[in-house]
Amino acid sequence: MTTTRRIAAAAAGTIALAFAVSSCSSGGGAAETLDPNADLSEQTLTVSIWADYSPEDLAEKFEAETGVKTTIVNHTTNEDIVAKLTASADSGIDVAFVSGQYAQALGEQGLLAELDKSLIPNEKNLYPEAMELAYDPGNVYSEPYAWGTTGLCYRPDLTGYDPTSWNDLLNPKPELVGKTTMLSTDRWLAEPALKAAGASINTTDDDELAAAKEQLLKTKPTLLAYDDTTFYSKLVSGEAAMVQAWDGWCNYGIAEDPSIKFVVPEEGSDLWTDTMTVLESSKNKEAAMAFINYILDPEVQTWVAENILYKVPNKAAMEALDPALIEQYPTLGITVDELMEQEGIIDLGEDSLKYVDLNAEVLATN
Amino acid sequence: MTSTNHPAAPVPFLAPGMIYLILFMALPVGLLAFYTFFKRGRFGGIVFEFTLDNWVKLLEPLYVSVILQSIVLAGIVTLLALLIGYPMAYAIAGLSPKWRTVALVAVVLPFWTNFLIRTYAWILLLNNAGWVNQWLQGLGITDAPISMLYTPQAIVVGLLYMYLPLMVLPLYASLQQLDPSLREAATNLGATPWRAFRTITLPLSIPGALTGCIFVFVPAMSNFVIPELIGGGKTIMVGNLVRDQFFEARDWPFGATLALLLTILLVIVIVVQTAVSRRLTEGPRRG
Repeated sequence: MTTTRRIAAAAAGTIALAFAVSSCSSGGGAAETLDPNADLSEQTLTVSIWADYSPEDLAEKFEAETGVKTTIVNHTTNEDIVAKLTASADSGIDVAFVSGQYAQALGEQGLLAELDKSLIPNEKNLYPEAMELAYDPGNVYSEPYAWGTTGLCYRPDLTGYDPTSWNDLLNPKPELVGKTTMLSTDRWLAEPALKAAGASINTTDDDELAAAKEQLLKTKPTLLAYDDTTFYSKLVSGEAAMVQAWDGWCNYGIAEDPSIKFVVPEEGSDLWTDTMTVLESSKNKEAAMAFINYILDPEVQTWVAENILYKVPNKAAMEALDPALIEQYPTLGITVDELMEQEGIIDLGEDSLKYVDLNAEVLATN
Repeated sequence: MTSTNHPAAPVPFLAPGMIYLILFMALPVGLLAFYTFFKRGRFGGIVFEFTLDNWVKLLEPLYVSVILQSIVLAGIVTLLALLIGYPMAYAIAGLSPKWRTVALVAVVLPFWTNFLIRTYAWILLLNNAGWVNQWLQGLGITDAPISMLYTPQAIVVGLLYMYLPLMVLPLYASLQQLDPSLREAATNLGATPWRAFRTITLPLSIPGALTGCIFVFVPAMSNFVIPELIGGGKTIMVGNLVRDQFFEARDWPFGATLALLLTILLVIVIVVQTAVSRRLTEGPRRG
């Protein structure tokens, strides 16, 4: 009995897939009408998210609430998931978590479905500001999951003072030479130099980028290392006194050494957002919308803030946070207004290659 | 006559190996070569527009210098591995069978632990606030921490540590196979131990040494984890470039070009090694 049904289901799935392939995804992007009364228990859902970025029982809980058979798979980086999504017409993934600038690029390529807001009433839990982010104003293709900024994470006992500027990192005091690290990935390598010079983090101006490169090459010999993954451990061990860090990751250092502090430099910084998107190729869009709606329910995003120590754009979730936690991890207390003063990272299309070249040149020059 | 001369006779025996080679060697390398002539897709992958830009880009001073730097670093590592590995292998080959096994297991033992864990162990030991510096300062040997990590020298040490066993094992194999009677004969004929070593043992062990050099040079050249973790990301090698082209830049065609260049360089090294060792073992070809 069950076996036959499973075979029938598999056959039906194959036929549906064949149809989908033959119809060759009739132009992405345009909102199709979704059935608000669709029987979700007949849909299945595959969600791809960064590892350790959601509650372990997320799939079971969502399944218990909606009846949607849910599978959660992991990706390691934006590049990783984007490669999967673009490698074939249907990756089999319904919901993908990507950073904002990648959601923007995928949306522009017609790979994302427009969100059906009538199925996502929990959007009302978001801060109004979280509806107007630079990479996707109005949240047409994406809903934000977590957000934050980049700054200096430091040990006052080792620096001897409280840094306030990107220049504290770029041109360190003599006693801090060999005791600082910088991020080397994506757009974050150039960020301190661009911001210190008053340039936009999204600049594509060749002169501004050349000036940034010159500054970064001047900074390189003063660094202990470039580090994108273990910088907070270097602070805890005392190898480094000050590191360029994502706010949430600085908290992992604070968890081990409460004297560690975080500051957003006065020249300003970036606003990064991790988002949830629904693939245009998904056959389970109603279930996908229901999933996003479920995440925007404060419970899950509260979990993110409490366990991942990232800020979430969910007003209801942030207001429900224990004040003691914010006291322990001050970056969680960075207000929405403060966050909005930072510059949102957007996709630069072909011009993003300029940053790739800049990174390669800075990292390869001795 | 005998069936062994029939040209099709070896086919059933060769087929599995050939299929394996075609599937996992020829096809991927062919695909790599194919990718190098097309343009980059926005999200990775390729756009089917013919271009030679990827090969031209290789000639930019930046990439040339990284490639040369990788050759130099991997070369130094190989040379050091040979200098350290040879006496080690020689000593092990001279042990009694029981101790030989113990020594060989000790050489291979590190491979049983994940190399990332071993690399982090090095960082834990050698960083400025690490155990070694704490001991040195605690014992009053130094006043301030010595910087041992995040330099090109640290990369050499890290790579050497990682690949030394790959030098020792082939050297041991060739030294252990040497017929002891050759040395005895030399000694009987009045050669000093040093002369016997120089004229008998050393030449006969060169093929093993060359194999060891290949085993060390090839992976050392393409490693990207050691430069990043132990080198602090301040010196990059060609392996880092390849990785970054695929994972950061999403420039598969240029990544493929770099990877193919690396493959070609290493094939050349292996061909030279094979030719040299054949010459040494079979003597120069005549007529």
